[in-house]
Amino acid sequence: MNNNVATVLQITDIHKVLGGKEILRGVSMTVDKGELKILIGPSGGGKSTLLQCINFLLPPDQGRIFLDGSEVHFHKKAELYRYRQQVGMIFQDFNLFDHLNALDNVSIALRKVKKIHKAEAGDRAYHELERVGLSDKTDLYPAELSGGQKQRVSIARALAMDPKVILLDEPTSALDPELIGEVLRVIVDLARSGMTMIMATHQIGYVKSLTNEILFMENGRIIEHGPPEKLLSADADTRCRGFCEMLKDLVREP
Amino acid sequence: MDAFTAIIDALPYILKGTAVTAGIVIGAMVLGLIAGIPMAVGQVYGNRPVRFMVGVYVWFFRGVPVLVLLFLVYFGVFGFIEIKLRSGYGIYINFSPFMAACLVMGMVSAAYQSQIFRGAIQALPQGQLKAASALGMSDSMAIRTIILPQALRIAIPAWSNEFSIVLKDSAVAFVLGTTEIMARTHFVASRTYQHLPLYLLAGVLYFILTWMGVKALLKLEHKVRIPGYSN
Repeated sequence: MNNNVATVLQITDIHKVLGGKEILRGVSMTVDKGELKILIGPSGGGKSTLLQCINFLLPPDQGRIFLDGSEVHFHKKAELYRYRQQVGMIFQDFNLFDHLNALDNVSIALRKVKKIHKAEAGDRAYHELERVGLSDKTDLYPAELSGGQKQRVSIARALAMDPKVILLDEPTSALDPELIGEVLRVIVDLARSGMTMIMATHQIGYVKSLTNEILFMENGRIIEHGPPEKLLSADADTRCRGFCEMLKDLVREP
Repeated sequence: MDAFTAIIDALPYILKGTAVTAGIVIGAMVLGLIAGIPMAVGQVYGNRPVRFMVGVYVWFFRGVPVLVLLFLVYFGVFGFIEIKLRSGYGIYINFSPFMAACLVMGMVSAAYQSQIFRGAIQALPQGQLKAASALGMSDSMAIRTIILPQALRIAIPAWSNEFSIVLKDSAVAFVLGTTEIMARTHFVASRTYQHLPLYLLAGVLYFILTWMGVKALLKLEHKVRIPGYSN
């Protein structure tokens, strides 16, 4: 690991039980500034639960989380809200606010949470929508947007908060195949511009060149991790490679 | 006196009752709205004691007839308070039947409205609150800015239904001597013996009021409709 790079997020030994089932059984990871970590693995393996535990949408039963070296005490509401402002979240099914147009979806948290003046928040929101290629859709409501456009609005919404890290929970899994590309392009741009991200995805082909670590999760644990060339090389005897080969056969991606 | 002149003669007097009826209904619906929304929020997002208390409230006011509640509040509770204030503090207060009608109909409507809003809140995708929380919003801010603006829109058709029920139930308030449509009609009819035309007139007035209110709420529903959704 590069010692010159600052650690943004560190999580240690996260455990979570949901509905009597142990979903996470001790997950740890360290995310450095500018890094893109890829979470991969079969459904039910705990990827989504882990991401929701990281910003405490699901409070972990055990384990600690550090942002920029200081521990997050999620039981203190003010600290939790401040932490969440710095940790963006992209959901599989977008979760745009259905009663607000694209611009207000992006600006509402700026206005309500960060207490930024309406005009200034609107400018910022417009800038972020421009960044994801939607400057001509600012007045449209979620129901008037395609899935790919909705997901790009949700990325703009997260970016507007100036997050230190963005968590992406299978951002392209709910999209029609022809819409996946436009969302992935935005994510690739973000990664290249140095945004720190943790992404759960099955779209491994597009992003493996941008990541230096893939984490393979199964049964609530990270069972394999390493650079893609190690985990996915033709002669690698890893669960990860087997899984990715199977995905490749299913979706025929590069 | 024929039916037609009976109606013409009684019309100004009975029409004054429509203002009283409208007052009871607006008072009850607003009271029900103000109490019903927090109750719905409490029932969906509250802790166990809050959910329990809302549950008991709803169970009680849905389970007791309006007529019983009107007598209970006007003669029982109001009478008790009046006597206590007079004998204890020398304060003379007279609660009006109109106040009793508004309060009772409002408390009953709050029980029904809370269930309308609860259903509307629960109809929203859970991701809405998650996304708001993920942006750093507190629960109360998320409920105010994200959940309720959507839930209240969804609730308008059911709320319109509740309005039409409350409007017609308001006729029961005549038993306390409130000077609304029904009481005035009853007063005239029992003196002129023109029961058939006068009660028909009362029915028509209720019909017109219901029609106007439902129409206005339908207009509101269209006005606040979120673009892109059907209807």
